[in-house]
Amino acid sequence: MKFLKFSLLFAFLTVAITACSSDSDNPEETDDTFDRGAMLANWADNIIIPAYTSFNSKVIEMETATIAFNQAPTVENLQSLRMVWKEAYISFQSVSMFEIGKAEELRFRNRLNVYPANVAQIEDFIATGNYDFALPSTIDKQGFPAMDYMLNGLAETDVEIVTFYTSNPNSEGYKNYLLDLSQAITSLTNEVLTSWTGGYRDTFVANTSSSASGAVDKLTNDYIFYFEKALRAGKVGIPAGVFSNETLPENVEAFYKKDLSKELLLKAMNASVDFFNGKSFTGNSTGPSFKTYLIYLNTIKNGENLSALINNQFTVAKNKANELNANFAQQVETDNGKMLATYDELQRIVILLKVDMVQALDVTIDYVDADGD
Amino acid sequence: MFTAAQKYLKKDTQAAPLAVFRVLFGFMMFLGIVRFWINGWIDKLYIQPKFFFSYYGFEWVKPIGDYTYVIFLICGIASLFVAFGYKYRTAIIVFFLSFNYIELMDKTTYLNHYYFISCVGFLMIFLPANSYFSVDAYRNPSKSFQKIPKWTVDSIKLMLGIVYFYAGLAKLNSDWLFKAMPLKIWLPSKYDLPFLGDLMQQQWLHYAFSWSGALYDLTIPFLLLYRPTRWFAFALVVIFHLMTRVLFPIGMFPYIMIVGTLIFFEAGFHLKIIRFLSKILQIDYSKIEADSKERKYNFKRNIALPVLTVFFAVQLLLPWRYLAYPNEIFWTEEGYRFSWRVMLMEKAGYAQFKIKNTETGEQFLVDNTDFLTPFQEKQMSTQPDFILQYAHYLGEHFGAQGHKNIAVYVESYVALNGRLSQPYVNPNIDLMKERESFRSKDWILPFNDTIKGL
Repeated sequence: MKFLKFSLLFAFLTVAITACSSDSDNPEETDDTFDRGAMLANWADNIIIPAYTSFNSKVIEMETATIAFNQAPTVENLQSLRMVWKEAYISFQSVSMFEIGKAEELRFRNRLNVYPANVAQIEDFIATGNYDFALPSTIDKQGFPAMDYMLNGLAETDVEIVTFYTSNPNSEGYKNYLLDLSQAITSLTNEVLTSWTGGYRDTFVANTSSSASGAVDKLTNDYIFYFEKALRAGKVGIPAGVFSNETLPENVEAFYKKDLSKELLLKAMNASVDFFNGKSFTGNSTGPSFKTYLIYLNTIKNGENLSALINNQFTVAKNKANELNANFAQQVETDNGKMLATYDELQRIVILLKVDMVQALDVTIDYVDADGD
Repeated sequence: MFTAAQKYLKKDTQAAPLAVFRVLFGFMMFLGIVRFWINGWIDKLYIQPKFFFSYYGFEWVKPIGDYTYVIFLICGIASLFVAFGYKYRTAIIVFFLSFNYIELMDKTTYLNHYYFISCVGFLMIFLPANSYFSVDAYRNPSKSFQKIPKWTVDSIKLMLGIVYFYAGLAKLNSDWLFKAMPLKIWLPSKYDLPFLGDLMQQQWLHYAFSWSGALYDLTIPFLLLYRPTRWFAFALVVIFHLMTRVLFPIGMFPYIMIVGTLIFFEAGFHLKIIRFLSKILQIDYSKIEADSKERKYNFKRNIALPVLTVFFAVQLLLPWRYLAYPNEIFWTEEGYRFSWRVMLMEKAGYAQFKIKNTETGEQFLVDNTDFLTPFQEKQMSTQPDFILQYAHYLGEHFGAQGHKNIAVYVESYVALNGRLSQPYVNPNIDLMKERESFRSKDWILPFNDTIKGL
């Protein structure tokens, strides 16, 4: 019976394909493969979790300082709260790119750092005392930008700002809103950190599959999305008027603090390049990363040294950013050309990441049948 | 020569192979539609997007909102009718039209496999695939035939042969053979395959796959035609397509090809399949035999032969149209589609559009995610005709919003087969002034490298 042969053939082929695997047990050959599990472990254990841990301690300090300020709203307490707010905001730049797992579920970046803050509605919320930060419509009334307004933007001088929390008829409303802002940040951060330490780390490291839902592909997409949208566009491009007919100086990060926008950008760029190089959050040691992955793939491909090109371009962009005024709003208004020049260098990084690196890693964008043509 | 051709056209053969092909093709199509539906792709690909990329000349074919499901429903039902051979001629025409409507809605989803199905669907309109083992023949014995002209079965074989052979010819280029590209990019990323993952990292394997893939495509039609090698060839077909199924996201296609190549087997093999199916479906097989005994199908009107002659002439010539364009085909993709260039290149791109007011000089950049799905953006950023169509859409969109004197520019980069990315479209060209046509697109920047070969 041919039919029998037919089904035997199928069985034989399945065995044959599986049998090919015996080659891969050869120890010589396993040496030169890249261990993505080790890369994920390096990311999780040496970068992501330490970064969240550090950020978490900063936001707890911020909440403590907020409570202290509310109990005694003095200029001195305002200034010390502002200091820890600034520290926490800088520390946030090291975790913002990891929008995966719990952070993705909570839309962590949107909850903590959508700017410009919607001042009119914040005042409205304070007046009515009626708001729910879990609603997507409230993202531009909470997080660091809203605190920026509450700590730096209510009035010109610190003495005047403090009056909102003392002699203002609705000083309780201002105090409550400030505390709610701070507490929302603390509890969201705590949720993300405990998810990482409480089991998500293992899920993440074990998810080495090569597909749109695999951890490498997912975090690569998240990282590039962050760099393109939040860093390049959000911090530089949008205020410089790249996406609009006119410049938008009021759209800079930390608009009311005035002298912080450059520091935040530089911190974010450092965090991005460190992640690319797999540099440990706490020290100077490096582990498996995009850099070593690209170097490994290049031993197969013998093409351009992409990781060196990317690192060089990061340096070029940082040098350009270093020329900027500490206050980007001022930079945009006085000499936007320098802002645009920084944008152009960041844009070159985006192309290297989004075109060249994505191609080299063969990262899956989306799950649909496609045959590459 | 002429008499030889006439003699060939008079030859007849058993109707069973074509009947089995019809049944399997119909069921495969039905499964394909069901799979597409269950995966939620109708919604994702044809209802969610705001904008669709049309084929040149078919701008009027668009998804019709929620009614798009109806088109898929019609297509699914028609494929079942084809499988059963019930009201076959109408069913296959409805299948062909609805399937092509689906394919023409958005070229983002273009796959050679879908084009192959369109071609076979067209072919089958003209073939007497319902003359045996079909509801039509069962209900009306006068429509039942055991013999059909040999060329009708051969035309399917020719179609399959063209697909393989041209796919093989397209692989004869320096990137594929001497750089093992793009397999060198694709295979290492399959590190998570059980047992095979580490093997996929080996360079020798990338070359072995490239060369054996090319050799397979070029020789398989002949190995299938030649009786002594047929079973061996079929084993190769199964191995090759199961391999591609494991390695690449190409859906139903491997199974369709495996099933399709069964048509190369002798009628006796197909009669066994029919007897087997009859037993399962409890059909009186003796009636099928009795009804059709020794009767031969004759074409009443003689349009099938001339139509299919023209069809195959086009099939044989169309893949060569790229020779009429001056640029590197992999770079500009002029003449790339509809020519069996399957799994041949890895392209990644980035396209940043700029809307400029030509009078005031005011300008701003476009966020593509406002208009396109990630999949559409990926496809758009590497293909010039997509870039042009999208640029016009953006120009019209912002024009309708009240912007004046609109010019649309694009800053774009493309990386091809592991080369470093380089600028793609001339950033100083106002795309609103360019029109889609079959002429060469002179606003694409040069490739600055050569890929030798066909």
